[in-house]
Amino acid sequence: MEVLKIATAGSVDDGKSTLIGRLLYDTKSLTDDKLEAIEKSSKQKGYDYLDFSLATDGLVAEREQGITIDVAHIYFSTKTRSYIIADTPGHVEYTRNMVTGASTSQVAIILIDARHGVIEQTYRHFFINNLLRIKDVIVAVNKMDLVDFSEERYNEVKADFEKLVEKSDYEDQHITYIPVSALKGDNVVENSTAMPWFSGQTLLEHLEKLDTVNIYNRGKMRFPVQYVIRPKTQEFHDFRGYAGKVYGGDINVGDEVVVLPSETRTKVKEIYFNDKKYQSAARRSSISITLENNVNVSRGDMIVKANELPRIEKAFTATVSWMDARALAPGAKYTLQHGVNKVIAKVSAINHKIHPDFSGVENEVTSLNMNDIASVSFQLNKPIFFDAFKEHRTNGSFILIDPQTNNTAGVGFIE
Amino acid sequence: MTEKLLINALENEAIYIFREVAAQFEKPVLLFSGGKDSITLVRLAQKAFYPAKIPFPLMHIDTGHNFPETIAFRDKLVKELGLELIVRNVQDSIDQGKVKEETGRYSSRNVLQTTTLLDAIEEFKFDACIGGARRDEEKARAKERIFSVRDDFGQWDEKNQRPELFDMLNGQIQLGQNVRVFPISNWTELDVWTYIENEDLEIPSIYFAHKRDIFMRDGLIWSASEHVFKDDEEEVEERMVRFRTVGDMSCTAAVDSYAATIREVVAEIRDSSISERGARIDDKRSEAAMEKRKQQGYF
Repeated sequence: MEVLKIATAGSVDDGKSTLIGRLLYDTKSLTDDKLEAIEKSSKQKGYDYLDFSLATDGLVAEREQGITIDVAHIYFSTKTRSYIIADTPGHVEYTRNMVTGASTSQVAIILIDARHGVIEQTYRHFFINNLLRIKDVIVAVNKMDLVDFSEERYNEVKADFEKLVEKSDYEDQHITYIPVSALKGDNVVENSTAMPWFSGQTLLEHLEKLDTVNIYNRGKMRFPVQYVIRPKTQEFHDFRGYAGKVYGGDINVGDEVVVLPSETRTKVKEIYFNDKKYQSAARRSSISITLENNVNVSRGDMIVKANELPRIEKAFTATVSWMDARALAPGAKYTLQHGVNKVIAKVSAINHKIHPDFSGVENEVTSLNMNDIASVSFQLNKPIFFDAFKEHRTNGSFILIDPQTNNTAGVGFIE
Repeated sequence: MTEKLLINALENEAIYIFREVAAQFEKPVLLFSGGKDSITLVRLAQKAFYPAKIPFPLMHIDTGHNFPETIAFRDKLVKELGLELIVRNVQDSIDQGKVKEETGRYSSRNVLQTTTLLDAIEEFKFDACIGGARRDEEKARAKERIFSVRDDFGQWDEKNQRPELFDMLNGQIQLGQNVRVFPISNWTELDVWTYIENEDLEIPSIYFAHKRDIFMRDGLIWSASEHVFKDDEEEVEERMVRFRTVGDMSCTAAVDSYAATIREVVAEIRDSSISERGARIDDKRSEAAMEKRKQQGYF
């Protein structure tokens, strides 16, 4: 079954947990024992409604403080497909969590409280969805019940958001506006009778009808080699399979390919998935391939089509989202992991800090702190094989690992 | 040769994770309980490395209170697939005085497994332990990473986890640390059962409806066995039941069922109104039961 990942961001006040709870409840994804646990906790806290955040906020500290700290994953499914919600907190100090949640998602839901309209937090949520190139964005104007289901108010909020969209340079992004009341259930799963003026799809209908073939950002075929399979058994004595995941486009038997960094030209001989051979494999499949010529290939190498070479460079500039308590400073060295390939990277310059609300940049920055987003230039000890992030979501991104703590300290999107 | 490969997104993600483990770690091990999730893991690992053998051993932390059907199944599977199996026993940890057997009505060896597991990790110097935990099982597990770093004491620092971005898995660790790896993090219970059905995988017989001596306690169906504490007032009866998870006899409750085939099991789960961990007695101890056990090094 097809799996669709959805990023949500926001605070309890936006009704985010209520919206997720409503999706689970109306799709009958909450089992009796889970519902019972929610009822019990809600009653204990003296609420007269079901607090669905208790189903999603899994850590003791989160329940104590009534906030979402980390990324939580919530699962539900319909007859059409399975959904995974990557639920993250919405405040500025959790920018890194929002970036993390959005990195694996194809769809984002931006929640707006109809009473307050577009606020600072809305800017940030949209900015992050833009930065991460999320193709399908749903703007859910929530709490319509508190503005008398007013079409006029909905149109005002929508018009304000459209002004924000004008600042975006991501033309392929598809934005859908839906007036909802998560609390009452209007336009989440069921159509609203209180808003007959709205003729669009409900939130779930929109998700169900999304074309999952085109929801992924396509790019050129990239095959980073993860692992070399050498069975050394009698039957497969000389077998050398290059295991990896296909990104961007299809790979076919007979394709003329180039192995990087050696730039050796050869052809795809066989494509294996488990013990079966295939003529062709699509993006996102974890396969292993054999090559016509006996070339030297190891982990971190990349196989691409002969007429589709990526950039092969030792220096580049990227937009970096910083995630570590230890600040990033010019001159510092990190392990740069690009896909499955690792090199050493030196920060040659922090060019400017980017305000995550489309309000411009800040020059003369000396260091980056946790949750900062900035344009940073790097020098590498050896070239990597990449595309600009705008052209290739997977081959244009990397993580930075602090060599002392081994923590994942930041993520970069190559310009 | 078949035409175009049709993919199952979850299966492909899991295979990718297995290959990252083999490439990034020196001594990985697959923790095998004989349950449906670890059986699924074995199948995925086979696919990840075909035509080579799975490049790491399996390890079972045996509480001594397992269902005998599960142990028989474990040994058969290992033999048929030609895999290496390491077994470490909770009984040994008890005999060495490292842990103390729980007593009383709700006594179980489930928590004691942690010590045996941590000792085995140290004994073999395992740097990555692959497990079948899934995020949909329990809310503390919903926060778990795919590569989850544990310190020298096996502890989980839930507030300070590494972010995981795109497909990139950071397996770099300090000496003494190890990583717990969860390749089927994003699968639901139904996904696992559907996979077992599609792949035609063999599973222990206790997953199917069978007649068993049981007694009722707290609205749950307990297995009557020498390993399970039972009051004299608690009456034993025979009933058609099956198990949805395979834990210890002392912490796994049965469900009423007539599902005799995988197809019937899948249909039953699709219509079920209680979650799989709803029948886990160990989770009922408190709202934060799983989080506490995980902090101490439990899987």
